[in-house]
Amino acid sequence: MELEELKTNITELLPAAAFEEGGEWLTVHVEPSAWAVFASQLRHTDSLFFDYLFCLTCVDWKTHLTMVYHLSSVKYRHNMVVKIKIDRNKPEIETVSNIWRTAEFHEREVYEMFGVQFINHPDLRLLILPDGWEGKKPLLKDFDDPVNMIKL
Amino acid sequence: MVEELGTTTEGDLIINVGPQHPATHGVLHLVITLNGETIKKVEPHLGYIHRSIEKMCESLTYRQFIYVTSRMDYLSAHINNHACALCVEKGMQIEVPERAQVIRVLMDELTRIASHELWWGAMAMDLGAFTPFFHAFRERETINDIMEETCGARLTMNYMVPGGVMADLHPDFQKRVKAFISLYRSKIKEYDEMLTGNIIFQNRMKGVGYLSPEDAISYGCSGPAARGSGVSCDIRKLYPYEVYNKVQFEEVLETAGDSFARYMVRIREMNQSVSIIEQLIDNIPEGDYQAKTKAVLKLPKGEFYTRVETARGELGVYIVSEGATTPYRIKFRSPGFSNLSALDHMARGSKLGDLVAMMGTLDLVIPDIDR
Repeated sequence: MELEELKTNITELLPAAAFEEGGEWLTVHVEPSAWAVFASQLRHTDSLFFDYLFCLTCVDWKTHLTMVYHLSSVKYRHNMVVKIKIDRNKPEIETVSNIWRTAEFHEREVYEMFGVQFINHPDLRLLILPDGWEGKKPLLKDFDDPVNMIKL
Repeated sequence: MVEELGTTTEGDLIINVGPQHPATHGVLHLVITLNGETIKKVEPHLGYIHRSIEKMCESLTYRQFIYVTSRMDYLSAHINNHACALCVEKGMQIEVPERAQVIRVLMDELTRIASHELWWGAMAMDLGAFTPFFHAFRERETINDIMEETCGARLTMNYMVPGGVMADLHPDFQKRVKAFISLYRSKIKEYDEMLTGNIIFQNRMKGVGYLSPEDAISYGCSGPAARGSGVSCDIRKLYPYEVYNKVQFEEVLETAGDSFARYMVRIREMNQSVSIIEQLIDNIPEGDYQAKTKAVLKLPKGEFYTRVETARGELGVYIVSEGATTPYRIKFRSPGFSNLSALDHMARGSKLGDLVAMMGTLDLVIPDIDR
């Protein structure tokens, strides 16, 4: 589907969606509260059919965190990016692991690296970090490790 | 996780496979719940070789960070470097000379063959066939020698740089690659005779670790792991980069979805890689091997994402730039991480002995998963 057509379809689904210009793919900003329903619509609407979540990550902007979801449709070969701003002090968002199974691992990684709580995630535990890891989350900008060199 | 081991109240046995286990090829730790010999659950524990590459990259410049990425998927080192170079070039809008593009594709395909070689030998060894390992390593050694001549390294090449490649090809490169591929086609036939047609081997692979196309997509599988289920996902075909749209090759698809299908995808892919090399090796254009670039690279403010096809699947490089000399955030979407997430689903209900076949045909490289 072409970019403009995709844009029209998304606006129909979610009139509140804000588009970001300049990216390679269609980029949509969504409110955290609207995400669970919107994600399910992206996956299950026949004309969109975003069945392949190829990247899920988070960016720490110091004032807030941004969740970034890269989606693709294997059937139609169109791609899009969904961005969701979340509160840095109490990061919380609905899980999408029930929609895209791959999100289960990716969300666990974001949980331990950024401290984002994924609501209704089936198994939100540490995946990469050692058991009993306490303290700051490694990929946040204010994380500092006095023992291991991670910065130059 | 010692306290978890033992027998549960339902009479299930919980065992560890790894982190030091010959069949995990690296430090992968699986906690497996068994009912008799049947697998009820596989739970990967990662992080034994986590080096925090994403965090490290935040303090490295756009020229420096590429060297770290050779250490992710060390069997696709060239292709990792390539992905990063492409992403920086996308941000800087650097035109890469055609000679460099062809060199890059040649190196990528040689890497793919070498990686599949190692997979083939190691997987056969896990299943109890010891001889294939030596055959595979004999051929892989030749590729390593060719790489060493041009790049100066055998494993972590660091050959691709933003704008092209670091140095021109060695004068003997064409001659040696041609000698290698003329011999290599007969070797693939030899592999088929030795292992593919073997009835014991087939019995251990067929019907084992079934993954449906829908599940493959949902679990984010890519590369041979997804193509074995009939999901078309070859980035080289779908979103061609460099000269991949100018060469003839076939996207290898198998539909059975079991371990044998994934095995066949890789075997057939080796043939396709040889065919790509054959088309390019006599047609390396003259010219520069590197574009003229500034000494200090500053990506404009924005976000850049590139996707390439490594030997294991889709590698994504996501750079968030704030206009500085170092990236603000980098995310590597590694193929192994997503492929591994399908293992639990695949293995449930199978016998413990079959797990080796499943892990083998997912072609897990642990540093690529942990990053």
